[in-house]
Amino acid sequence: MSDYTLPLPELDGLHGEFFAHCKNHALHFQRCDDCQTFRHVPREMCPECGSWNWSWQPSSGRGKVFTWTVVARPMHPAFVDACPYAPVVVEMEEGVRLLSEVVDVAPADLEIDMAVEVQFDDVTSDVTLPKFKRA
Amino acid sequence: MSVTEDKQACIIGIGQTDLCRKPGSGMTQLGIQLKASTEAIADAGLRGRDIDGIMPFPNLGHAEAFAANLGCENLRYASIIHMGGAAPCASLQAAGAAVTTGMAKHVLIPAGWNGYSGARVKQTVSQDTASIPGGAIARDFYLPFGLTVPPQWYSLMARRHMHEYGTTAEQLGCIALAMRKHAQLNEAAVMHGKEMTMEDYLASPMLADPYRIFDCCIETDGAAAVVVTTVERARDLDKKPIRILGAAAGQPYPADEITNRKDIFQTGLTIAAPEAFATAGVTPSDADFAMIYDCFTFEVLQQIEEVGFCKRGEGGSFVEGGRIELGGDLPINTHGGLLSEAHLLGMGHIVEAVRQLRGTAGERQIADAELGVVTGWGDFGDGSIAILSN
Ligand SMILES: [Zn+2]
Repeated sequence: MSDYTLPLPELDGLHGEFFAHCKNHALHFQRCDDCQTFRHVPREMCPECGSWNWSWQPSSGRGKVFTWTVVARPMHPAFVDACPYAPVVVEMEEGVRLLSEVVDVAPADLEIDMAVEVQFDDVTSDVTLPKFKRA
Repeated sequence: MSVTEDKQACIIGIGQTDLCRKPGSGMTQLGIQLKASTEAIADAGLRGRDIDGIMPFPNLGHAEAFAANLGCENLRYASIIHMGGAAPCASLQAAGAAVTTGMAKHVLIPAGWNGYSGARVKQTVSQDTASIPGGAIARDFYLPFGLTVPPQWYSLMARRHMHEYGTTAEQLGCIALAMRKHAQLNEAAVMHGKEMTMEDYLASPMLADPYRIFDCCIETDGAAAVVVTTVERARDLDKKPIRILGAAAGQPYPADEITNRKDIFQTGLTIAAPEAFATAGVTPSDADFAMIYDCFTFEVLQQIEEVGFCKRGEGGSFVEGGRIELGGDLPINTHGGLLSEAHLLGMGHIVEAVRQLRGTAGERQIADAELGVVTGWGDFGDGSIAILSN
C-alpha cells in the first residue's frame, strides 16, 4: 500500500500510454505522422489534418511557464494539507501545453515565461507524474 | 434565419422563487424548480396543459418529471442543452426555433437548485469528474495536480489576461462592487443589506489567486423559469411579449480541455455573439444594458470583450468609473447577478432582462430600456447569448 493520498490518473487507453512513458522517465507527446503536429492531451486523430497516423515522440522536456493559479483554499479534501500550491500550465517547446507543477519554485516566486524542464516524480509504484523544475 | 414578425419568438412568462442560503429552501431540487415554473406559467396567463415543450437545465431534472407535476399532458418537445451555465440562453435559442417552426407552442425553461443546502460545488464538480465536459481529461491531467474546481480553471485565464493586458485586481474589484451595489436595490438578493467597498474587496482572502473570495459567485438555493412562445400567440395573452431578436450558442476549441487553446481567451461567446447580433440586426452599442453570466469577476470582463462591447484587452478600463453600474453607459446585472443576488444558473439574468424590458424593475429600472443583451457561460467556456427587446 502506498502512503500517497492525492488523486491519481487512471492508466487506461491513450492516457495510460502517456503515463507509461512517464514511468520510464520520458516525456512523450503524440505527433501526427502526416502533418507533424504535436498534440496534448492524447487524441484518437489529428484535429489539424484528419490523419489517423501518429506516433509517440520524445519531448525536449523544456518549456516555459504560461500561466498558473495559486490554490489558497482547498476545494478538494485530498489537497487540504497541500495549500498553498500552484497548478502551473507549461508551454513546451513542441507547442503543446501541459498542466503540472514547478517543484522548486514557491508559488509567490513564479513568473510567466520562466524557463522550466521536466523531471519525474514516482508517486506510487504504478504512477509517475511529470513535474517541472527551474531550468 | 429570417422569420415573419408573427412567428418571432418571445418570452411571455417569468418566475423566480425566494433566494436563500441558511437554512435552505426546504424544498427538493425538483420542487423549487416547479415553484418557479408555476409562477412563470401563471405570469404568462397559461395553464400546465398549455405547455407542450420543456427544456430542463442539464443534470438538474427531467422533462418527464416536470410534465407529470405541472399537468403538461400535451408535451411534444423535450430537450436538454448540455452547456452548463450557458444552457439557459442556448435554450432560449432552441425554444425560439421550436415555437417558430411549430414544434411546440409554449416552451417552459426552468433552472434551479439547492446550491447552498444541497450538494455544494466542491463536492460535486471536484469529486465527480463525470459531470465535467472533459471528464477523463480532468481526472487524469488536472486532478493529480490539484486543479479541481471552476475558480481554479478560470483563474488560469485571468492571470494570463493580467499579464498580456495589464488587467488589475482593482478592475476585477469594480465588477464585484457593481454587482454588490445593484444588489442593494434588490430586496430579494442574498447580499441585500451587505454593502462592499474596494477595501473590503481587496481584503477578502485569496481562494485561487488571482481570485479572491469576493471574485466568486455565491452558492444559494433558488430557481427561476421562463415561458417562450411566438409574438402571434402572445397577442392572446396579457403580458407584453419580450422578443428574442437573436440568440446563439458556441463552444471554445477545444471545448473539453482548457489549457491547449491557441487563443486562451476565445470562448463559445466569441463565435456566438456575432451570429446573434447579425440575426438581431443590431450592434453591441445599441444595448441599453447587459446581463453577463458572472460566475467570477474576470469572466464578466472577458465576456464584455468577446461580446464586442469593447476590444480585446480593453475590458479592464471598460469596467472602471461606474460604466457598468446603474446610471453608467452599460449597466450590467442590475439584479446583482450570481455574485450578489443568487446563483440561479443564468436564468436569473434572463428574468431580470425581462423585468427591465417590461419596465417592472422597480428601484433599479433603467429608464426607457428597449434592448438588452444576456449571456451564459458554462463548463470550460461554452458560451451563449440572447438579444432581447420590448
Ligand atoms: Zn496531422
